[in-house]
Order: sequence, then structure tokens, then C-alpha cells
Amino acid sequence: MAIEPPRNFAYSDIELDAREGEIVESFLKSHQTAIPDPIDWLNAPPLASNVLLTSVDKVVNWSRHYSMWPVTFGLACCAIEMMCTAASRFDLARFGMEIFRASPRQADLMIVAGTLTWKMAPWLKRIYDQMPDPKWVLAMGSCGTSGGIFKGSYSVVPGFNKIVPIDVYVPGCPPRPEALLQAILDIHAKVDKMSPTRRAVEG
Amino acid sequence: MLDLDCIAVHERLKDKFGEGASAADNGRLSVKPDRLTEVAAFLRDDPEFNFDYLNSVTGVDHKTHFSLIYRLTSLSRKQRLDFRVDLTDHDKPTAPSVTPVWRGADLQEREIYDLMGIEFTGHPNLKRILLWDGFPGYPLRKDWVDRDA
Ligand code: SF4
Repeated sequence: MAIEPPRNFAYSDIELDAREGEIVESFLKSHQTAIPDPIDWLNAPPLASNVLLTSVDKVVNWSRHYSMWPVTFGLACCAIEMMCTAASRFDLARFGMEIFRASPRQADLMIVAGTLTWKMAPWLKRIYDQMPDPKWVLAMGSCGTSGGIFKGSYSVVPGFNKIVPIDVYVPGCPPRPEALLQAILDIHAKVDKMSPTRRAVEG
Repeated sequence: MLDLDCIAVHERLKDKFGEGASAADNGRLSVKPDRLTEVAAFLRDDPEFNFDYLNSVTGVDHKTHFSLIYRLTSLSRKQRLDFRVDLTDHDKPTAPSVTPVWRGADLQEREIYDLMGIEFTGHPNLKRILLWDGFPGYPLRKDWVDRDA
């Protein structure tokens, strides 16, 4: 029983693997410190802003608040709970966000649900970079906050805040859909504090 | 499903390949790594065994040596057999690949190579499968230390 050799492409599999390995290793080296929560400046005393601007803020924030488009980033078991949250029993549509899309292009909120490995981490960062401002990130589950039961493992990122700034953390393994709903309401509260003239994430 | 008697299988292998290819006691069968390919092909093709399905290949680190455990099923004759291959060299463990005999061994042998560092000679595409290229070491070995620790 002969086995055909691997197919040949413009780049050999070996070259592609080596390139991927380089990307993952350099990414791992450059993402060892946690990125702080961007809420700090939101809680600071308000900037000198005039009455007209605050009213504009209110309208813009109201529209963002009630039409939040999430991009799914389901990686592991937590994703099942996220699907349940979006389905009829818990009904995420009550909060104006039933359109789960697999595209980051029109998304405001990334729900990262699951266990993130270092091999996947560069692509999480890429999806995050592709989302237009303003953007929010929700880390779902213990894996998202600290690595969870896999903390100290050879392949798992210990907390998503090593990769992207996280707005809300949801503890639990997995969190109940109610917890995810509560976290989304927390995101809404953050949205209401925003000023459209500032970016969600500084820098 | 019938579990084959290891001693009886060993007797058949002894008739075919001589004394040195395998060893057995009550409940365990072990095959020498340098005879593995021919023994595997025999177990697959012999009408009395006809092990046409490889359930799994497992690597085990015993700290002093490595073992591979093969689980076979014959779907046509409704019987099962497990056997073990001991690799004595702990620094550079090498075993012949059974992928040419059972195609299903392909990804499993790559996984063992990836996580335990056992080389399979004759494998058509032996490279890392779960971890990325350039990952230092083999994390399922007992003496592996996490680089973050
Ligand atoms: S936090 Fe628990 S449920 Fe969620 S992805 Fe991690 S292990 Fe799975």
C-alpha cells in the first residue's frame, strides 16, 4: 500500500511550518506582560467638554449601546455557553445584539470564549486589529482571565490580556449564560461613559 | 469481540519469525522494534489474524525507556490484540513506522513525535502536528520542564 507524497505548492510545507513557528515564537516572546484595562481613563474626571458635545455623546452612545455587533471568537467549551446565550432561551437579541458574525469588519465587540493557545494567539490579535474602532473585548471564562485549569501549561496563553486589552472579564468555567449577559450589560455601561471623540483604546 | 491469547499469538510469531521477534507472558505481548514492520504486516495479512484496523498507537515514557502500545482490531474476524514495543534508548528513541501497514497510524505517530520526540523511521511526513515548528523540547516527556516555570 503506497502512500502518495505530500502535494507540492509554491511554498513547501516545511517552509510554511518554519514561518508559522517563527511567528508564534516571536509573538510569544513579545507578549509576556499584561495589557492594562482601558477603563482607567474612562473613570478619570471628565474632560472639559461643552454641553453640545455631551448631548452628541448621549445620542451616539445610545445608538451604539442598543446595536452592538459581536464577532464570535469561540475557541473551546465556553463557546457552547456563548451559543446558548444567543439562542432562544436566554435570547441575546433582547439587548440588541443578535447578529453574531464571523467577520470582524462590522463588529464592535469581540467575545473571546474559550482556551487560547499560543499557536492561535497571533490570529486573535489579527482579528482584533481588523475590527474598526471603537471596539470592546470580553474575555469569557477562567481561561480568559488567567489560563484557568490550563495555567502553567506548555501551550496555553495565561490570560487574554497578554494579547489584547480586555474590557470585561467573566469568571466561571464555563460562566452561566446569565453571567455573560451581565458582562454584556457591563460593556453597555462602559459604552455609555464613552465620548465619540475618543478612541476606545488609546494608542 | 474476542481478546486473543497473547501466548498463542507469540507461538505463531515464533514459528514465523523465530525466537527473537516477540515475547509474551499471560496477558502481555511485546515485539522487538527492529522486527515491528514485518510482524505488523503479518498480523494484518495472515488470514487467521487479519487485523485490518489499528485502533491506536500510544507512547509511554517510563523515565528509563519509552514504550509504544498498539491496539489492533480485526473487523472481519471480530477479535482484538494489544502489543507493546519497548524502545530502550531514552535519549534518541527510534521506532519503525507502521503507517505503510495501517494508514491510520499517520497522524498518531506524528502526535507521538510531536509530544514525546519518538522518531518513526519510514514515516512519509514526519513533522510536528499540534505544536508549532521550533517549539523547544517535547512536553509529554516526564523530564520536561516548562520554560515559564
Ligand atoms: S473556562 Fe472552562 S469552560 Fe471555558 S474554555 Fe476554559 S476550560 Fe472551557
